[in-house]
Amino acid sequence: MSRRTRVLVLAVMALVLIGGSVGYVAWSRAAQDHASATAPAQATIAPSAVENLPHIVFRNSALGTLYGDVAMVPLSNPGGPRAVVSQQCDRVFATSSETLCLASDRGVVTTYSAKVYTSGKTAPTSLPLTGSPSRARLSNDGKYAATTSFVAGDSYAATSFSTRTVVTRLSDAKALDLEDFALFDNGRRISPVDRNYWGVTFAADDDHFYVTVAFGGATHLARGQLSTRRVDTVRTDAECPSLSPDGTRVAYKKRGDRARGDWRLVVLDLATGKETQLAERRSVDDQVEWLDNTHILYGLPGTGSQAAESNVWVVNADGTGQPSILIPKAWSPAVVH
Amino acid sequence: MYLAERPRDDPTRSVAIPEKRSRFPVPRGVSGTVWTLGVVSLLTDVSSESVSAILPVYLTAVLGLSPLAYGFLDGLYQGVSALVRILGGYLSDRFDRPKWVAAFGYGLSAVTKVFLITFHGFASLTTVITLDRLGKGLRTGPRDGLIAASTPSAQLGRAFGVHRALDTVGAAIGPLLAFTILWLVPGDYTSVFVVSLAAAILGVALLALIVPDRRPRADARDRAPQPAPTTVAVRPSLAAMRDHGMGRLVLAAGLLSVLAISDGFIYLTLQQRDNLAATYFPLLFVGTNVAYFLLAIPCGRLSDRIGRQRVLVGGHVLLVAAYLAAAGPAAGAVMSVVCLTCLGAYYAMTDGVLAALTASITPVPIRTVGIATTQTVVAVARFASSLIFGALWTAIGRGHAVMVFAAALVVVIPLAGWLLSSVARNTLASTTQNGEQA
Repeated sequence: MSRRTRVLVLAVMALVLIGGSVGYVAWSRAAQDHASATAPAQATIAPSAVENLPHIVFRNSALGTLYGDVAMVPLSNPGGPRAVVSQQCDRVFATSSETLCLASDRGVVTTYSAKVYTSGKTAPTSLPLTGSPSRARLSNDGKYAATTSFVAGDSYAATSFSTRTVVTRLSDAKALDLEDFALFDNGRRISPVDRNYWGVTFAADDDHFYVTVAFGGATHLARGQLSTRRVDTVRTDAECPSLSPDGTRVAYKKRGDRARGDWRLVVLDLATGKETQLAERRSVDDQVEWLDNTHILYGLPGTGSQAAESNVWVVNADGTGQPSILIPKAWSPAVVH
Repeated sequence: MYLAERPRDDPTRSVAIPEKRSRFPVPRGVSGTVWTLGVVSLLTDVSSESVSAILPVYLTAVLGLSPLAYGFLDGLYQGVSALVRILGGYLSDRFDRPKWVAAFGYGLSAVTKVFLITFHGFASLTTVITLDRLGKGLRTGPRDGLIAASTPSAQLGRAFGVHRALDTVGAAIGPLLAFTILWLVPGDYTSVFVVSLAAAILGVALLALIVPDRRPRADARDRAPQPAPTTVAVRPSLAAMRDHGMGRLVLAAGLLSVLAISDGFIYLTLQQRDNLAATYFPLLFVGTNVAYFLLAIPCGRLSDRIGRQRVLVGGHVLLVAAYLAAAGPAAGAVMSVVCLTCLGAYYAMTDGVLAALTASITPVPIRTVGIATTQTVVAVARFASSLIFGALWTAIGRGHAVMVFAAALVVVIPLAGWLLSSVARNTLASTTQNGEQA
């Protein structure tokens, strides 16, 4: 091949490849636009019709202009029309007075924010958030907020990703980094370099909480106390705990002897130490939410090309029954009584 | 455009003619091959960094893996790359075909992007990422060998500076492109993989079609005065590397790099002291990269003028400055900017310059494996550094750990300077042996 031919071949390849890429993205965009245009227009209701009833706050994941906005449905009709608030969040949690919203502000460089909106106050409280949002929780009375985010390079293995979990007292915005808490394993004080915390769930007393702590290659369910700044491991192989409303059980995801990233939901009875596997047989990566003392809510991605349209499922907390979709096209549910 | 600057290549010859720069005054510009290789790296970095940027989100949000699993994957990334790097250098020297070893490496990474589109799940992803890193490890040495083979010894610093600057641009475009695509088509990771594949193929095509298939060893033999000196006939071996000051260079580079704290740790230190740095945490690496991009070429030129070992040592003095700015008594936004600038300058004064220094002290037959060896030593030393720093951080706290590293670096810099000064004497000797012109 002469040099001229090779340059020509390259120019043609460049045209085809660049044209093909632009074409593919444009086609994909058009397909999404078509999907949202032909999707039955999302029936919405006014927030005022929902917020004073018992309701579920979640992230709207129906493709369209309202994708990623905070939404609400009444507990009495979770599959029905939703109220949408124009507030973009990747992860949302709410109590009757506070809404915690973790968001990515996509731009030249994506930055992240965590804000707490209090009803009756116009200016939200900003919390520290140093990476892509993962988990969000508020204590029952809204006094404390917990956020988990992925942070780059927060571990000794140079460029690996790890998590940062911060508990903030909202009255004075005082932030407690769980990494600074004293960690005890089987009653022995340890300080592993590679420890990572994620997924806080608060107890009703505003002092105790459960959290995942990982070190030495294993994950652990741990019980912590804000007043003493101490965390004690409870048992191994448990991630993203969620305490039941009556405080007697903890639901979490468990890997068992399955491959990495393949979890099943289980419920642990704190008094007896008995673990019950739930009827959901698919892998769930979510911090579950208790609908009431007998039902558990969690998000799963939609199937196939609808992966972005996740659904909120419900399953019995005692291992019986079959999972079913409670809120279609929703993510990150929080039950507000 | 730059293709037109290279009329010396005769396309009818299957073996590229060595660029006979000795007959002309040394040209101001950098060889077209170096620019082309820079663009190849730019495209490949656009390809790999666009995927890397969204991989954590993709793995956790779509495939449902925990951040821990991601950390494991990333560890795999680093390890595989360092292991095969020397192999890539050796193969390229042994068979005197750096272009095709590099093309194989670039090609392997491109092929993995196809699998990323078609396969899902943790096991296949692990395979895909391992292959991608295998490709990166294989290509790095031969590519730097090609840059060295296309550049007169006196301009190596600038040539590597040009290449590293383009490489950095690619690393910056990649994540931007990925997030722009996800902004245009939310949740459609396949679009990102498709664009990444296109960029990778274009990079491989550019390398395969435009970069001349140089045979550095054969070229050197042709150029050498008859009868050829023994050094030119030498084959890649450990003994051959020992003869040319590689031992001292490797020791100096290793000592300096084991005290180089990983960027991530430095950014975390800044983030803990300075609210601005905490808010713009993701921007910190951009700051470093901008400084690296702006300074890569000037620092490369400086290294050609005043001596590569001086610039290499000077880069580590700036690293000490970056440590002091990150953990010293003064805090605030100004100190954060100073720290990022010093960090970028450190990379500009060390990364390409080290390759240039290695290329200038090693004779052609062991040049690529020599470059690959110093780079592997640096990578392994940096990993060791992360382990040591991690332990020290837990023991005495982050700020104190940074200051300990700064103090150790102050002790090691003169030692490294002494080791490198005897290496530099070797430069002149081997340059004359290669019959290369300064």
